[in-house]
Amino acid sequence: MAEPLLQVRNLETTFFTPDGVVPAVDHVSLSVNKGETLGLVGESGCGKSVTALSVMRLIADPPGKIMGGDILFEGQNLLAKTEAEMRTIRGNRISMIFQEPMTSLNPVFTVGFQITEAIRLHQKLDRRDALAKAVEMLRLVGIPLPEKRVYEYPHELSGGMRQRVMIAMALSCNPKLLIADEPTTALDVTIQAQVLELMKRLRNELGMAILLITHDLGVVAEMADRVSVMYAGKNVEEGLVEPIFERPLHPYTRGLLDSIPQLHRDQVRLHAIDGGVPNPSQFPKGCRFHPRCQFAQDRCRAEQPVLTEVEPGHKVSCWYPLVAADRGVA
Amino acid sequence: MFSYAVKKVLLAIPLLLGVSVLVFMMMHLIPGDPARIIAGPEAFPEDVEALRVQLGLDKPLPVQYWIFLSHAVHGDFGRSIRSTRLVSAEIKSRFPATVELAVVATAVSLVIGLISGIIAATKQNSFFDTASMGVALLGISIPGFWLGLMLMLVFSYYLHLLPPSGRGGGLLTLAGWRYIALPALSLGVSSAASIARMTRSSMLEVLRQDYVRTARAKGLAERVVVYTHALKNAMIPVVTLTGLHLGFLLGGAVITEQVFAWPGLGTLVVNAIWSRDFPIVQGVVMLFATTFTVINLLVDLTYALFDPRVRYE
Ligand SMILES: Nc1ncnc2c1ncn2[C@@H]1O[C@H](COP(=O)(O)OP(=O)(O)OP(=O)(O)O)[C@@H](O)[C@H]1O
Ligand SMILES: [Mg+2]
Repeated sequence: MAEPLLQVRNLETTFFTPDGVVPAVDHVSLSVNKGETLGLVGESGCGKSVTALSVMRLIADPPGKIMGGDILFEGQNLLAKTEAEMRTIRGNRISMIFQEPMTSLNPVFTVGFQITEAIRLHQKLDRRDALAKAVEMLRLVGIPLPEKRVYEYPHELSGGMRQRVMIAMALSCNPKLLIADEPTTALDVTIQAQVLELMKRLRNELGMAILLITHDLGVVAEMADRVSVMYAGKNVEEGLVEPIFERPLHPYTRGLLDSIPQLHRDQVRLHAIDGGVPNPSQFPKGCRFHPRCQFAQDRCRAEQPVLTEVEPGHKVSCWYPLVAADRGVA
Repeated sequence: MFSYAVKKVLLAIPLLLGVSVLVFMMMHLIPGDPARIIAGPEAFPEDVEALRVQLGLDKPLPVQYWIFLSHAVHGDFGRSIRSTRLVSAEIKSRFPATVELAVVATAVSLVIGLISGIIAATKQNSFFDTASMGVALLGISIPGFWLGLMLMLVFSYYLHLLPPSGRGGGLLTLAGWRYIALPALSLGVSSAASIARMTRSSMLEVLRQDYVRTARAKGLAERVVVYTHALKNAMIPVVTLTGLHLGFLLGGAVITEQVFAWPGLGTLVVNAIWSRDFPIVQGVVMLFATTFTVINLLVDLTYALFDPRVRYE
């Protein structure tokens, strides 16, 4: 059995907004083992980023608050840590890269300054050694002429280059866990592939675990060992990538899989799930997916299902998990 | 960076030329014959004619303007009609007092404005935020002369702590500071109020940005996040505003100088206007326009210091 690095158990993160209480993350559990890549997928607004920011303890309070649950990292509960203790973990043992490379770097500081900040803080290197390390990191992420680039400002770099800088920054202190929140969504396709390739290479070289947030199942298939599917602030399915892709148990997972364009088939098919994600302040009773589920029955409308292990390592939160007949031949 | 600065300097030249035309025309646009006005109502017609020739007012306008301009670029605006001293000498004797007051008042407003604006933004909706922004609104609305009178009443009349008016011996002496305290404070407060409000809104805007989240995700202390990452971005509009205030103050804080009998350009120009002392008015307005342009130039350069993106535009 692999050793768990990060275990999130029954996490509840709620936003108290003027328009009402938003339970953005509601009893979410997931775990990432050492050196493993977990894909966290789901439609926009299902709570992926909020889950990640909760792990970093970077939820803005107000309006957000972590109401309950545990976040165990290397056996220690991050929710019990003081802010000062969290600061020794952030950017050091857990790093995060964000979806928006264009706006995630500070426009008024050089790339070198922004990378060395974390190095000087966590590794206690002096300015010169930190800069050398920054150059080395930029070279590692495949930026040409790194000695020159460290003195440049973010606006002098392209989107792909900036995301490489973000990766260099995140990896500069050898984190045990990298949280990548849609690291390639904002990039164009060829750059996307390069950045994913880079992350894969670095993961293998540096041996870190990755929590990879995406709504692109293609990226999951490419990168992840296991996958956790979220819907409307809840887990719906979790397991190894292959069984889930071959035999999804939750109708929502199946819908997601069906909406991947099947380019290798004769005809391109886009099977989107009908309807949209419900508004978090007014989730439906019972299973939150039932209004969009073609298999919904009375029990689904009344009672909320819980995440249960139906096959070894394969968990689903559904009263009527799909059997082969339902899945049909996609 | 260098070419950016050169471009800004070159752009300032047509601006100053435009101002010089206006200043020159001032004498000819007001109703009446300038020679007559300068000579005074009791002058004999022969004297008025002599003065007209002496001042070159008999020549065609473009020629007059050319003479005015070629003297003005050398800082020569003729002689004061009232005191018959050189305009440049009159200005030179008043300018240090005005600069001193403007700089101290701006420093006061920057310190108060920045600190309270930053605290208000980082503790948004707290008691301090609401209270300081309320006070700031008051500070903007209160007329400067009234505040000056109130300060004078409290600190000079009742408490006998500070002299009520006049100027001490410059900033190197204690007396200098005792004299400048009240006028600088009464000028600084309203600038402080608008700087505080600008800092707060700019800070709130910046603190929402993604790169602030990135800075926190690195494990930086909140102090570093706010005072390094956020502040340098938030300063950009504040610099512009501060430069604007400084520019205005360098033209002479007319009313405050009157209230505190501060011997600066404001007092000089008001007296000059009353006595129709054209050369003084022309000289002061030209100086005002020039300092304002220079300050704007400095603001643009400071801007480039805070924001690398503008250097390349
Ligand atoms: N600061 C906030 N204030 C109020 N509600 C918030 C805030 N941040 C997030 N939410 C709510 O939490 C829910 C989950 O948002 P989250 O950003 O985690 O979605 P996501 O799964 O990351 O979506 P995406 O794919 O678009 O990034 C959303 O409904 C959003 O409205
Ligand atoms: Mg997100």
